[in-house]
Amino acid sequence: MSTEATYTPSLKFSWRKLWNRVMLGLCLASALAALVPLLLIFFYTISKGAGYLNLDFFLEMPKPVGEEGGGMANAIVGTIILIATGSSIGLPVGILTGVYLAEFGNNKFANLVRFMTDVLSGVPSIVAGVVAYTLVVIPMKHFSALAGGVAMAILMIPTVTRTTEEMVRLVPDSFREAGLALGIPRWKTTIQIVLRTAFRGIVTGVLLAIARIAGETAPLLFTALGNRFWSTDLDQPIASLTVFIYDYAKAPFEDWNNQAWTAALVLIVLISLLSFAVRFVTRSRYNNR
Amino acid sequence: MQTLTQQSSRQTAPLGTRHTNNGVSVRKRNFGDVLFKYTTMSFAAFVLLLVVLMGYEMYAGSSLSLEKFGWEFLTNTTWDPVMEEYGALPFIFGTLVSSFLALVIALPLSIGIAIFLSEIAPQWLEKPLSFLIELLAGIPSIVYGLWGIFVLVPWIRTTIEPFLSEYFEFIPLFRGAPYGFGMLAAGLILSIMVLPIIASISRDVLKAVPQSQREASLAIGATKWESIRIILMDAKSGIFGATLLGLGRAIGETMAVTMVIGNRPVISASLFDPGYTMASVLANEFTEATTSMYLSALIEISFVLFVMTIIINALARLLVWSVTKQTTA
Repeated sequence: MSTEATYTPSLKFSWRKLWNRVMLGLCLASALAALVPLLLIFFYTISKGAGYLNLDFFLEMPKPVGEEGGGMANAIVGTIILIATGSSIGLPVGILTGVYLAEFGNNKFANLVRFMTDVLSGVPSIVAGVVAYTLVVIPMKHFSALAGGVAMAILMIPTVTRTTEEMVRLVPDSFREAGLALGIPRWKTTIQIVLRTAFRGIVTGVLLAIARIAGETAPLLFTALGNRFWSTDLDQPIASLTVFIYDYAKAPFEDWNNQAWTAALVLIVLISLLSFAVRFVTRSRYNNR
Repeated sequence: MQTLTQQSSRQTAPLGTRHTNNGVSVRKRNFGDVLFKYTTMSFAAFVLLLVVLMGYEMYAGSSLSLEKFGWEFLTNTTWDPVMEEYGALPFIFGTLVSSFLALVIALPLSIGIAIFLSEIAPQWLEKPLSFLIELLAGIPSIVYGLWGIFVLVPWIRTTIEPFLSEYFEFIPLFRGAPYGFGMLAAGLILSIMVLPIIASISRDVLKAVPQSQREASLAIGATKWESIRIILMDAKSGIFGATLLGLGRAIGETMAVTMVIGNRPVISASLFDPGYTMASVLANEFTEATTSMYLSALIEISFVLFVMTIIINALARLLVWSVTKQTTA
């Protein structure tokens, strides 16, 4: 901070100044302390995971107990299918709700929806899993990828709604007025001018939401369940990287433990790529905000 | 953020629909406009219904256990699927103790970080440091759990617990056999997970305190730290809100806790002993629930968890919102 004017400091010892130094030092120390677990987690994930990272991991199926090696091809595909299912339910709901809140959201109903979105964003992911279980698994009488997708959609909606609303609001009113002045109906103005302008921002929200659900495990445990075999059927249980990490971490086989680290590394790389994509998308236009 | 909430009170163009000239409607209501408005509105209504539906589904799903155990479900300490007797107290205890422990560890650190980022760090340092700390929030829970099992727990077993029991055995919290897996491990891993949330919101709250407060205290000769204390007084309800948001996250956290807490439904005074939380009993036993009463009891636990997090989050948002709004208005 540049508030200190030039003055001659008194050389006399002062408890207040010492205390000042000590407390400021503690603040610095706590900032450094927070970096320790971050570095440790990255260090272990890379050092333990990279050793087993090879092409087999992406192309092979899991081997039966007792056989070494194998990969998680089905889990990688499963995670992608789960994200796609969750997105195809969660994104339309989230985006359209966000558009409503931004364009027509000046009433009590909209405030209630905003509050409920906030409530939803605080709901623990495992609770979303329980709800997907009662909504999908119980009526269908078996675990399925669809149920996992529903749980993920519930978790996506608040993030997507919030960012869409904020981004659509950032579009200046003059854009809307320009469209209306040309005689374009309101709905076309919204879709073709306002949403197109806010497109990058909405994509950011979508990527953030995907990054969030890609790492979710708890809501999948009793919805998508997991599967050691190849399956792309929405009606059947499906494998996912995160549930594999959980099962392999608890397993008493060293080979499986190592594969869990590799899966964790792949997951972290995937999520980092998504957040780099966010930075890339937002960089040019929203840098000066 | 703040400017956005202000904009929410803006009138967005009642154009086209209410455009009247001498009481005569100039333009007809465009059918597409009406359709568009009500389509988007129906999706908004869907989100509203979804939350209500979630609550209802869990209420309905737990009706069996609600009827049989009533309020005693919350105070009964026995969890015995074989005898069909279900009480949630050990889980509620485990959730509260592990979350509280996490806050005790994370709160002072988070406030320190927030002060450092908002008051002390030069700009070139603040941005990358904020980014790194927010990175901590982006690591999936399962990776924390994996790291917990293979790195944190062995370290606790061989280093932390022997140390604590040697020097602090007179405190009942630090007695017992050093398993590694247990309440202490859960509290530690949770503290790492809630730290970025509390720190980044507190930083925003501190930054919202008007610059004149800093200048005024420095001008009357306060040291930097004395000035920070005055700012902290202004920001305290916002920081409390941030803490509650962290608590909400800790209470619902599942995977990392399940993997390190030891998963035994006991109530013990020692932090070295294993415990169990509401979220982890769901994660572990949901697929094993063979009878409808068992399933119903588990759904009731998720219902309790749902209600707890809603209350905490609503309170937290109200607090954070009241602080950031009042200072920018």
